[in-house]
Amino acid sequence: MRHFSYQRAASVEDAVRAGPGAAFLAGGTSLVDLMKLEVLNPSRLVDVSRLDLRGIEARPDGLRIGACATNSEVAAHPEVKRRFPVLSEALLSGASPQLRNVATVAGNLMQRTRCAYYRDLATACNKREPGSGCAALEGWTRMHAILGGSERCIALHPSDMCVAMAALQAVIHVRGPNGDRDIPFGDFHLLPGDHPEREFALEPGELVLSVFIPFSAAGMRSRYVKVRDRASYAFALASCAAGLEIASGKIRAAQLALGGVGTKPWRVPEAEQALQGQSPERVAFQRAAEIAVRGAQTRRDNAFKMELARRTAVRALTLAAEGA
Amino acid sequence: MTSVTVTVNGASKTHQVEPRLLLVHYLRETLSLTGTHVGCDTGQCGACTVLLDGAAVKSCSLFAVQADGRSVTTIEGLAKDGKMHAMQDAFWQEHGLQCGFCTPGMILSACEILERNPRASEAEIRTGLEGNLCRCTGYHNIVKAVQAAAQKAR
Ligand SMILES: Cc1cc2nc3c(=O)[nH]c(=O)nc-3n(C[C@H](O)[C@H](O)[C@H](O)COP(=O)(O)OP(=O)(O)OC[C@H]3O[C@@H](n4cnc5c(N)ncnc54)[C@H](O)[C@@H]3O)c2cc1C
Ligand code: FES
Ligand code: FES
Repeated sequence: MRHFSYQRAASVEDAVRAGPGAAFLAGGTSLVDLMKLEVLNPSRLVDVSRLDLRGIEARPDGLRIGACATNSEVAAHPEVKRRFPVLSEALLSGASPQLRNVATVAGNLMQRTRCAYYRDLATACNKREPGSGCAALEGWTRMHAILGGSERCIALHPSDMCVAMAALQAVIHVRGPNGDRDIPFGDFHLLPGDHPEREFALEPGELVLSVFIPFSAAGMRSRYVKVRDRASYAFALASCAAGLEIASGKIRAAQLALGGVGTKPWRVPEAEQALQGQSPERVAFQRAAEIAVRGAQTRRDNAFKMELARRTAVRALTLAAEGA
Repeated sequence: MTSVTVTVNGASKTHQVEPRLLLVHYLRETLSLTGTHVGCDTGQCGACTVLLDGAAVKSCSLFAVQADGRSVTTIEGLAKDGKMHAMQDAFWQEHGLQCGFCTPGMILSACEILERNPRASEAEIRTGLEGNLCRCTGYHNIVKAVQAAAQKAR
C-alpha cells in the first residue's frame, strides 16, 4: 500500500475544510481493501468515523439516520425494524457481523463495485483508469450488470442497503465547501455512460451527513429478498426491495427496486405505477417484474439474471403482500 | 508517523506507527501477539477477528490508527490466571477445531454472539458465524462448542 497522511476530523466543519483533495475514511471496509490493491490511492485520509454523526432520530415525517451509524446499529434499531423492515433485512443480508459492526451508512452508499477487472490492476478498466477500456465486455460477466451499462462499463452496484433505500426514496443530506444540500437517492449514484470513473453526484470535499427516509405505509409493509450463490455471506445475484400499501384489497402505493442487476441501485417507478390500483396478486406482480427488467442487456454469462431478477421481484412482492 | 495508544488485553500501549500499518500487523508484528491470524487479507475469512471496544471486527481491514484511544481484545486476552476462557474450553471439549487456523477468530466472534444474546439459537449461532470461514471442521463441532459454552454460562 502507498503512503498517505492521516488526520482525524475533530468536527464536521474540520472535515469539510480538509475534504477537497482527500478521501474520507469511515469503517474502512471498502476503502482499506481497495487501497491494499492500489486501486484507490488517496494521498490524504480524513477519518470521519468518530464525528457526532451516528444518531438515528425520528422526525414527524421520517427517520434521519446519521452517516456514521454502523450497519449493525441501523439494522437493529427498533424504529428501522418497525417502519422499514426492508432496510433492516437488506443490511442483515450483507457482508458479515464483523464488517457490519464498523461499516457505516455513508460508506455503504459509496462502496465500490466488486467487478473483478476493476480490482485487478493488470486488466483494462475505464472506471479505474479512464480510457483504458473495459475487460468485462468480453470477459467473465456472471457478476456484471444487465441494466444501466454502457460500452465503457458494465460494473455491478453491489450494495444491498442501497436497494432498500432506493425503494424507500431516501434523501441524502450532504455538506460541502459551498454549504448544505439534499440529493434524492435516485440522483446520488451515476450511470457509467461515457465516464464510468464518475460514480457519485458529490462535489469534491462534500461530506455525507445523514440519510432521511420518509415514513410511508408501503415502507411498513416491505421486504427484501436476496438470491446468491450460497445461503449466506455472498453478494447478490439478484435482489429486490418491495413495499406495498394495500387498502380495500387493492394496491394503493408500491415501492420497488432491484439489486444485483444494475450499474446502480435500480428503482423502477413505471413498475411501481403499474401496480397501483391492482389486486395484490401474482399476475400484477409478474407484470411489474416484467417492466422492472425492461431494457436489460444480457451477456454470455449473465443471461440467467433476467429470469432470476423477475422471479426475485415476484417473490419480494408476494412476501410484502403477505405482510410481516 | 502517528502516535497511537491502544488498550490491548487490558494494558495500555503507545507506539509511533505509519498510518498505513494495519491493526492486525500492529498486533502481530509490533506487539508480538501472533494469536490473531491473517488468512485472506481481504476482509472475507475472519481469521483476523478481534474485539474492538467489545465488538467483533476484522483487524485486516482497519488501520492501527483507527484503534487509537480504544480497547482491543485478542485471543491472548481471554484466559485469566492460567485458566482458559469458557469459550476456549468449549472448543477444546467439543473438538471445535482441527488445524486451528480459524479458531482465534471463531472464538472471538462466538464471544460476541453470546455477549449480545446469551440464548442464541443454533440458527442464530450459525448466521452469527457467517463471517468466519473454516476449511477443516465443516462447522458442526464449532456450533456445538458455542452451544456448550452458552449452556455452561446459564
Ligand atoms: C468480504 C466482504 C463482503 C461484503 N458483502 C457485502 C454484501 O453482501 N452486501 C453489501 O451491501 N455490502 C457488502 N460488503 C461491502 C460493505 O457493506 C462495505 O464495505 C461497507 O458498507 C463500507 O462502509 P465503510 O464505512 O467501511 O466505508 P469506507 O470503506 O470507510 O468508505 C467507503 C467510501 O465511502 C466514502 N465515505 C465514507 N463516509 C463518507 C461520508 N460521510 N461522506 C462522504 N464519503 C464518505 C469513503 O471516502 C470511501 O470512498 C462486503 C464487504 C466485504 C469486505
Ligand atoms: S485475514 Fe482478515 S478477514 Fe481474512
Ligand atoms: S480448524 Fe482449520 S480452518 Fe478451521
